[in-house]
Amino acid sequence: MAIKFKGVDFIEFDTLLTDDERLVRDTARKFIEDNLIPIIEECNRAGRFPRELVKPMGDLGFFGASLKGYGCAGMSNVEYGLVTQELERGDSGVRSFVSVQSALVMYPIYAFGSDEQKQTWLPALQKGEKLGCFGLTEPDFGSNPGGMRTRARKVGNEYVLNGEKMWITSGTIADVAIIWAKVENEDNKIRGFLVETNRPGFKAEDIHGKWSLRASVTSGLSLQDVRVPESNLLPGSGGLKSPLMCLNQARYGIAWGAIGAAMACYDCALQYSLLRKQFRDQPIASHQLVQEKLSWMITEITKAQLLVLQVGRLKDQGKAEHYHISMAKRNNVWMALECARLSRDILGANGVADDYPIMRHMMNLESVKTYEGTQDIHTLIIGARVTGIDAF
Amino acid sequence: MKILVCMKQVPQKDAPLKLNESGTWIREDVSYEVNEPDAFALEESLRQKEKHGGEVVVITSGPARAQQVLREALAKGADRAIHLEDNAFVGLDAFNTARAFAAAIKDEQFDLIFTGLQSDDYGYAQTGVVLAELLGWPHATIIMHIEKNDAGIRVKRELEAGYFQYVDMPLPAVLTIQSGINKLRYATLIGIKQAKNKPLRKVTLAEVQSAIGANLQKIERLYVPQKTKNTEFLEGPPAEVAKKLVDKLRNEVRVL
Ligand SMILES: Cc1cc2nc3c(=O)[nH]c(=O)nc-3n(C[C@H](O)[C@H](O)[C@H](O)COP(=O)(O)OP(=O)(O)OC[C@H]3O[C@@H](n4cnc5c(N)ncnc54)[C@H](O)[C@@H]3O)c2cc1C
Ligand SMILES: Cc1cc2nc3c(=O)[nH]c(=O)nc-3n(C[C@H](O)[C@H](O)[C@H](O)COP(=O)(O)OP(=O)(O)OC[C@H]3O[C@@H](n4cnc5c(N)ncnc54)[C@H](O)[C@@H]3O)c2cc1C
Repeated sequence: MAIKFKGVDFIEFDTLLTDDERLVRDTARKFIEDNLIPIIEECNRAGRFPRELVKPMGDLGFFGASLKGYGCAGMSNVEYGLVTQELERGDSGVRSFVSVQSALVMYPIYAFGSDEQKQTWLPALQKGEKLGCFGLTEPDFGSNPGGMRTRARKVGNEYVLNGEKMWITSGTIADVAIIWAKVENEDNKIRGFLVETNRPGFKAEDIHGKWSLRASVTSGLSLQDVRVPESNLLPGSGGLKSPLMCLNQARYGIAWGAIGAAMACYDCALQYSLLRKQFRDQPIASHQLVQEKLSWMITEITKAQLLVLQVGRLKDQGKAEHYHISMAKRNNVWMALECARLSRDILGANGVADDYPIMRHMMNLESVKTYEGTQDIHTLIIGARVTGIDAF
Repeated sequence: MKILVCMKQVPQKDAPLKLNESGTWIREDVSYEVNEPDAFALEESLRQKEKHGGEVVVITSGPARAQQVLREALAKGADRAIHLEDNAFVGLDAFNTARAFAAAIKDEQFDLIFTGLQSDDYGYAQTGVVLAELLGWPHATIIMHIEKNDAGIRVKRELEAGYFQYVDMPLPAVLTIQSGINKLRYATLIGIKQAKNKPLRKVTLAEVQSAIGANLQKIERLYVPQKTKNTEFLEGPPAEVAKKLVDKLRNEVRVL
């Protein structure tokens, strides 16, 4: 029994959006409904990234949507957020792909790149003709990327890179990797490099056995004496702050995305509870315990919408701080995961089957809770902000 | 080719509807969307423009909320829009809506006017046909294909039971478009941004007031159909039950 998504809006949230914002949201929603929903369970089972959607998503302007110029749509942050919400309503894996392409590959080129780098890469990445990945995490350094071991050494007019990157989204399908490395000749300052993935010494291999984000590619990268010309250094990058600025962009999108996943689970559970009858031929929605779950979910989804909308409006005014974004990411991913668990419960045994999207969202959200700063790391970011004491 | 597309905003297909107090129409607080065949009409106009060049203009009548339909059309590629903006347009019948449109476009020269086959709310299927009469243009309905030729156009009409009719007609003409004639495109994000800068002309009720008159068609009462299903068990020996059943089928249900 297929349940068709009906949308979720408890407090006339839509009236807080402009006509254009709603149009952007509705367009993305329709695209996902028509193109991703029919294939996503198959992709998830097979562990297959739906590459066939890359070009159509590029045509619609989903990549680098909030950047200006280079063929990008120049969306506001709220519009961009609504797109990620709809993408993740479909699947967190597909949203992850778009987040990486947009916030972690196009954004650093846009923010730290030379004119030539922008001209070369941004239009092609915008169209989806070229794909990118973002290599920050290493086998031994996740939450603490500042400890990274990957090194770049300047030799003549080239840089030579060595190191390992782990858990890299889109690693094996990328044409270019943004590699963060410590530059030996510059006091080990962290800088970003554009590394074409066909350079000798660059290897990428997929991580298998993932129970999460199965419709997205996750890889390990290995760089052995990879030589890139000087012009591949992102000239504006310098220090750990640079990759963290990228993560800020991506985390913001995730805070919206998580609402999409939560809406998918909640709406499915609500519709199911009205159809499914147990005891005295009554729909399970008539039982208080089921209503309690539904009430909790719709309340948390609504709070999450208001939180991220405010952060988005701040971001559009250039006033969003990293700790604002941390709060939105931390809260919204947590609430989405709780919604997935409660929704699964409401579907009983059906909840564990992939006839319904809930278990897939639940498993996906476990990654979303970990990447881009774990739940606990965001707790510490908020804690540091309110106490002034760093507790890492 | 210069094409005008008439588009209407209608209540969303699966939106729960509530009747207004007088029981003559539905309440305003529902979600709205583009009337489905109108979306196909727009798509067809954009395809014709891509093939033959020209301009696509979209027109709607309705309150401020109806502008959303025009914005979406502009985002998908229409060049400009005309909005007959007033709450009063909601209740106009097909005849007066067509008269209002004819008045609003009197200074324009279109080669083709498209409407959807019918609207999903009133379902008149008349606006396009009446508009053609008012303009003195030929029209064809339920169009499934359009081919431009030297003499004008050749269109394919959908008839019943899988039959089609091909009609050659001169321009200018009015066509009412059937859903499914083509595959709809999505608005692109860049298209949505650019739509902001495209011209949108507003026409007030006063400007077209002299062209329209009292409605010729009126909804007296709107109500939710009452469920009248009930089950009756016939009892007795088989021969008697069979007799009663035949009697009921013949005289009550009248299917025999
Ligand atoms: C599917 C997937 C895709 C990913 N894609 C990318 C990508 O494209 N690019 C990229 O660079 N990375 C990517 N990552 C990596 C991700 O960013 C890291 O997994 C994340 O930063 C956490 O690092 P870790 O896994 O090494 O966990 P660890 O850092 O080892 O953390 C383990 C646990 O310890 C806790 N912890 C750590 N330090 C502290 C502390 N000081 N106080 C309290 N608790 C602490 C954490 O909260 C967590 O619960 C991806 C991960 C996944 C799962
Ligand atoms: C992997 C797996 C293996 C299984 N193996 C077996 C097996 O070997 N043999 C077998 O017979 N069964 C088996 N089952 C079925 C299992 O026992 C049922 O799934 C379980 O009893 C719940 O029933 P349901 O799935 O129909 O959910 P439902 O009964 O439809 O319940 C759905 C939701 O409604 C809630 N609910 C229902 N009634 C009320 C109420 N009155 N008040 C408040 N809340 C209510 C439930 O708590 C739940 O959250 C298996 C299930 C799974 C997932």
